[in-house]
Amino acid sequence: MTVRVYVPGDAGATSVGADEVARAIAQEGTRRGAALEVVRNGSRGAYWLEPLVEIMTPAGRIAYGPVGAADVPGLFAADFLKGGKHPLLLGPPDGIAWFAGQQRLTFERVGIVDPASVADYVQHGGYQGLTRALSMTGSEVVQAITTSGLRGRGGAAFPTGIKWKTVLDQNSAQKYVTCNADEGDSGTFSDRMLMEGDPFTLIEGMTIAALAVGATQGYIYLRAEYPHAHRALKTAIAAAYQAHYLGADVAGSGKRFDLEVRLGAGAYICGEETSMLESLEGKRGEVRVRPPLPAIKGLFGQPTIVNNVVTLASVPWILAHGAEAYANFGTGKSRGTLPIQLAGNIKRGGLVERAFGLTLRELLYDYGGGSASGRPIRAVQIGGPLGAYVPPSQFDAVVDYEALSAVGALLGHGGIVVFDDTVDMARMARYAMEFCAIESCGKCTPCRIGSTRGVEVIDRILAGTDGERNVQLLEELCETMVQGSLCGLGGMAPFPVQSALKYFREDFRARTQG
Amino acid sequence: MQTMNPGDTATVRRIVSELKGRPGPLLEVLHAVQAALGYIPAAAVPLVADGLNLSRAEVHGVVTFYHYFRHSAPGAHTVSLCQAEACQSKGAVALADHARARLGVDFHGTTPDGRFTLEPIYCLGNCACSPAVMIDGRLHGRVTAERFDALIDEQAKRP
Repeated sequence: MTVRVYVPGDAGATSVGADEVARAIAQEGTRRGAALEVVRNGSRGAYWLEPLVEIMTPAGRIAYGPVGAADVPGLFAADFLKGGKHPLLLGPPDGIAWFAGQQRLTFERVGIVDPASVADYVQHGGYQGLTRALSMTGSEVVQAITTSGLRGRGGAAFPTGIKWKTVLDQNSAQKYVTCNADEGDSGTFSDRMLMEGDPFTLIEGMTIAALAVGATQGYIYLRAEYPHAHRALKTAIAAAYQAHYLGADVAGSGKRFDLEVRLGAGAYICGEETSMLESLEGKRGEVRVRPPLPAIKGLFGQPTIVNNVVTLASVPWILAHGAEAYANFGTGKSRGTLPIQLAGNIKRGGLVERAFGLTLRELLYDYGGGSASGRPIRAVQIGGPLGAYVPPSQFDAVVDYEALSAVGALLGHGGIVVFDDTVDMARMARYAMEFCAIESCGKCTPCRIGSTRGVEVIDRILAGTDGERNVQLLEELCETMVQGSLCGLGGMAPFPVQSALKYFREDFRARTQG
Repeated sequence: MQTMNPGDTATVRRIVSELKGRPGPLLEVLHAVQAALGYIPAAAVPLVADGLNLSRAEVHGVVTFYHYFRHSAPGAHTVSLCQAEACQSKGAVALADHARARLGVDFHGTTPDGRFTLEPIYCLGNCACSPAVMIDGRLHGRVTAERFDALIDEQAKRP
């Protein structure tokens, strides 16, 4: 009997040798005459265990990891195709403590299914949400999303149902559903993992959205830095067309929905929704003034849903299991689950999907195991390059939208970047301004000029020129940018700077060197 | 202005005529030109503008807005080092210093032998395996100075 061997094809897994492992297993299998089939699944998100190899045994899946190509002959010798004992044996993946406590809803199939196979998707519960949606009216579907409490997972946390309702209510011959897959925040990779590991969930979510509001065309705006995800999406979209889940007659409903991927071109600002729409239209990604809202006048001037990957990918679960079931997870106004990404200097980095309600400390130490370097954690940055730095004194904060905002931080897209005590917070503050200067679209002055001046002021502080006065100037500059910028880039780039000044002021002092 | 050879001119014209019927086609066209020629030659701008019924200024404005579009031919291999926060927390700044010294060029530079172009990049989505490096579209994680050298040595053997 042919044994199925799973070796992730996820970009992160391949970055630490998964392709070499897959090749070695295939070759060694051939050499030994073993009947095996290598499936390139997504990553389950335990990156410290990648490459994580799984064997489908009659008793279920058995995991080994982290596997290097050099380990492969030894694994065969230990009869790993039958789940044999080996120092890298981890047992059933669901039994690994890191996964056991997770509540995987949106990511329930990531790392499990073959991301290129519609059949495998359907076998694992895929398209049940669409089937349910097709038995409902558009406004019932929108109501279900509202009831679920789902909020935009891209960072703005706007209630998804309200956005959809606005688009539904527009009278227009042409409407669009667009997916913002411009996941540019450092420390975030949940969109990438989902698109590579279970792209049909995103396609299904977009299809449900389109049919609910009456849109016939969808676009996934994907960043150019994600070539692996690009390939996975193109493969999946072609397969969905082939199986008539996309096209003129979606799942036999008689309704049309067409979907394509458009590539960005290395501009962080295009993750801002109006800038993304400009870019989709083939223009410079400059931010639009709102109103009008994209839901009323969006892509090519038509009513448009703009949602993040994880938001749209949560839709099939909500439709399949019911809005109340989703809303039963979470706390306060943060309903459902959040895929949190533990990144940077952390021992066990990766993706943790749990209902809202965990504290930072639980995430950093129970899941993350502390810093990778073994040194004390000095700061974490939450929510990407525009997010605040949080000191250990705040680690008991609960990770939800409101609780983090109460301590001056933002959840954003759910990325947490960990720094140990060797971090120089004045340098990180300088980087925040520098990044804003590189990525500013240039349309408004506080962002375009303020960021460059911010770098200069910090340089003067580090050089010991008028330290106190320049720190004060930096504080005023931050305030001006926050108040006066057109969008979140210039308006939030000061957050990491302000938080560094607040909690790590001792770092803003003259340096003798470098 | 520099001129393009007849082959490249024909390539640009073919790309424009293939894609011009699509909604908002300019970025698609520029991606296709860069995929075919390795960069966006200045001489391609008027051809694209003409084909899409846009002004040269509009096309130039888009080409220069996006970091991904190049204005000159890159080296045989493009080495992109992530310089964003998660990679910085695992030594990306020191790795960049090492890469500059090893290749003898600064960011955005190409080695004199035309083998390598070194670029900074801001997040490759590999933040749990920092620091990350991408070489010709292939992602590498947990890259140390030694591993960087090994990757460069490996590339140097290729055409």
